[in-house]
Amino acid sequence: MAIEKEKLLDMYRTMVRIRIFEEKIAEDFAAGKIPGFVHLSAGQEANPTGVCANLRIDDIITSTHRGHGHVIAKAGNQYSLAPMVAELYGRKTGVNKGKAGSQHLSDMDIGVLVAEGIQGTALTLAAGAALTAKLRGTDQVVVSFIGDGTLNTGRFHEGMNMASAWKLPLICYCENNVWAESTNIYDVTNLTNITDRAVAFNIPGVSVDGNDVLAVYKVAAEAVARARKGEGPTFIEGKTCRRFGHFQGDTHLYRSQEEKDECMKRDPIPRFRKRLIEMKVLTEKEADKIQQEVQEEMDKAVKFALESPFPDPEEVLTDVYA
Amino acid sequence: MKEITYQKAINEAIDEEMKRDPSIFIIGEDIGKHWGGSLGELAGLFDKYGAERVRETPISETAILGGAIGAAATGMRPIAYLYFDDFLGVCGDELINQLQMKYMYGGKTKLPLTITAYIGAGLSAAHQHSKCLFGWLMNISGLKIVAPATAYDAKGLLKSAIREDNPVIFLEHKVLLLSRSTSQIPNEEYTIPLGKADIKRGGSEVTVVAIALMVHRALAAADKLQEKGISIEVIDPRTLVPLDKQAIIDSVKKTGRLVIMDEEPKTGSAAGEIAAIVAEEAFDFLDAPIKRVCAPDTPIPFSPVLEKFWMPDEEDLIKAINEIM
Ligand SMILES: Cc1ncc(C[n+]2csc(CCOP(=O)(O)OP(=O)(O)O)c2C)c(N)n1
Repeated sequence: MAIEKEKLLDMYRTMVRIRIFEEKIAEDFAAGKIPGFVHLSAGQEANPTGVCANLRIDDIITSTHRGHGHVIAKAGNQYSLAPMVAELYGRKTGVNKGKAGSQHLSDMDIGVLVAEGIQGTALTLAAGAALTAKLRGTDQVVVSFIGDGTLNTGRFHEGMNMASAWKLPLICYCENNVWAESTNIYDVTNLTNITDRAVAFNIPGVSVDGNDVLAVYKVAAEAVARARKGEGPTFIEGKTCRRFGHFQGDTHLYRSQEEKDECMKRDPIPRFRKRLIEMKVLTEKEADKIQQEVQEEMDKAVKFALESPFPDPEEVLTDVYA
Repeated sequence: MKEITYQKAINEAIDEEMKRDPSIFIIGEDIGKHWGGSLGELAGLFDKYGAERVRETPISETAILGGAIGAAATGMRPIAYLYFDDFLGVCGDELINQLQMKYMYGGKTKLPLTITAYIGAGLSAAHQHSKCLFGWLMNISGLKIVAPATAYDAKGLLKSAIREDNPVIFLEHKVLLLSRSTSQIPNEEYTIPLGKADIKRGGSEVTVVAIALMVHRALAAADKLQEKGISIEVIDPRTLVPLDKQAIIDSVKKTGRLVIMDEEPKTGSAAGEIAAIVAEEAFDFLDAPIKRVCAPDTPIPFSPVLEKFWMPDEEDLIKAINEIM
């Protein structure tokens, strides 16, 4: 499958945007500038990037507590990072008016239905969104991003079963970074291949290297095409790893140094950069320029956030009902 | 006597009880090998009691609570670590339909079961990780509810909860769990019976009933009002079910005024229940309307500025008291 040059460059920029976003947030969180809890997706960028490159703006995703990358990838590079950053800083100009924060960063204008903080629920909400597409006869697709830990919630099974029984246009994309907080997925399931879960729903279950954006793109393209044609759900596992702890402040001592080093080596961004250079889609100089442009974009977004006022306290009382 | 944090108090209570009774086990997420509970309050128990009795689970609240109920009904004495009380919705059936087993089946089964869960706002954790579901839980029959405000109370009440032959939910405020401040407890073993309120500060003009973290805010407000010559009695019910009605009514008989401070939306709150009890049973002793200092009827926002507005604080309490003086 040939991917247009423009799309390849777009995907590269998306991954760089996510990484720079996450690293800056890590720094500012450590400096005490960001309230609440922060869960970063650095290292997992290829997953949302490869998936969302197949989606339209009117397609829908559900995100998670580790969701900044999903939102950035779904929005596309033309969308400003500023309202997202402002949300994390709890500002009035935040995309969720300061009511969501890092864990729930989402934006229905770009098709991010929720960033779910209660594991598992998202699958059922996603099934509902996919039902809307079916009932209204649109060819929209819904992708529910989840982590490996979420596979063990009852709601995962209920949502997937319903989607498969009704042939809903739903893709469950599981970013398998092996860890759910301090719990290893293989210690709390009797599985060696998590795609075996798809067997129970009689739907395709595909495993992919979640640190290879082109591989993710390809697998997602097939799943999206199936869903758009009304052929029902697909379950995808992206094998990946997180560069940071579960949340910022987690020392992740439950991971061996070896495993962490290995994760650093599997970095999807230099890997894609090298690939694009080999494909002659990108030069070193152009890649550096993208890096620098994104850095400037992020600096501006942070400045915007810091200069934005906090919400008016009375805002607490708004948006409770339609 | 010794100084102890709220977190350590919880740890000691579980440790002492597990040592005493081999039928006790803990079941929940991230409670073992590495984390000892997400806020660290279970640290060391896994090493001491092993993986059989400190059972780490997948993310499966329904099976955690359902499993604990099944085990309790058949001879074990489980502690279900439910993590945040916001996750209780995941096991809603177990809470509202299954905990009532003894009643439904002619009294033949008992459920010696403790549920622990973090509660409360103040950490900018947003709506899905900040609630105090007191009123919601009080409406569930067959469940006892403990919400301690100090380390001393936490330890004594948790030991009693574990020894109860009924389901008890033990609610731990996150701000208190993360606090380094300590309270004095005896070196020797002690327990505190469920259903006994504690007068945290004696006073003569206004009764303030405050729950969990709000006890500390009420005490701070009482100090400020004392300077202005207003004498506040602060009552900490400690357990919401059973509720020590008598202690509250006795105080109101003395002061003639009642304010209830409760960190949850006003509608359907524990504060509403307490107000109703006093209106029903001690109306003649009231010299002023009962006031409820609660959160607004909204979800809980993330931004610290919004969250601060949402949470009841000293100023809200002082304002309410001034209105009835
Ligand atoms: C129902 C529920 N139970 C427990 C939690 C606490 N919790 C937050 S994140 C997390 C681990 C999630 O792991 P996974 O789904 O693998 O996603 P990852 O963090 O690896 O991205 C847990 C247990 C929660 N948010 N919701």
